[in-house]
Amino acid sequence: MIRTINRRNWLAGAGTLATLTVQPRLLAAVSEPVQSVLKRDFPTAEIQPGRVNIELPALAENGNSVRMKISVDSPMTPTDYVSFIQIIAQANPLPDVARFDLSHANGLAEVETRIRVSAEQDIVVVAGLSDGSLWSGSAHIVVTVAACLDALY
Amino acid sequence: MLKARISVPARARQGEIMAVKTLISHPMETGFRRNSLGQAIPRDILTRFECRYNEKPVFTATLHPAVAANPFIAFHVRAQDSGKLEFIWTDQDDQVTRVTRELTVDPAA
Repeated sequence: MIRTINRRNWLAGAGTLATLTVQPRLLAAVSEPVQSVLKRDFPTAEIQPGRVNIELPALAENGNSVRMKISVDSPMTPTDYVSFIQIIAQANPLPDVARFDLSHANGLAEVETRIRVSAEQDIVVVAGLSDGSLWSGSAHIVVTVAACLDALY
Repeated sequence: MLKARISVPARARQGEIMAVKTLISHPMETGFRRNSLGQAIPRDILTRFECRYNEKPVFTATLHPAVAANPFIAFHVRAQDSGKLEFIWTDQDDQVTRVTRELTVDPAA
């Protein structure tokens, strides 16, 4: 049921994005951990796919530190800017990764950090704009040595 | 105080978008790991990072255990006025690490 709602959102968003030649990976299938984070943080808002660009290696040797760069298409003017960027790693023991709060004072909606990835998964990024709209993107990653594995020793 | 490294220009033109890179030494212990005796290693993380430009917060980050050890955060700030940039990290026990950088802003050409 949860899946159906997102499929609907996806289809609605896909229509508006049809003119774009380069599209980020869309939020097509949303897993249970992502759903619970989205429900907790954005209970009422509708999340549209698009505007979020993620730079993430497709294959990471070591999941303990993976470079990730996120940029959001936005003019970053006082009336139209990105107010936050949130990273969700659904297959991690704790899906929350980080949240960055921005404003027009940043001039450019681009953030880079290093994250832990515990398994092959789609990393989901949600960006909130000053007008209240929410946008999302995702990137698939495969890790050969997962973070948290040393938890067993 | 933790050891922090910051890359930010000392001088910029007004309106210029400056790249800011920050790195801080911290294990970011997740709380999910166990030691050789099988005992859980307690969580020890930085939970918050803030950049203030002349006292005004311009960038804040909320961090969770999934941020890699020695958190690296890079972002941008638009140069407005001369003054100071403050970088503040707070850990889960509210211990604060603070670094300040002076910035000179030249009028736009």
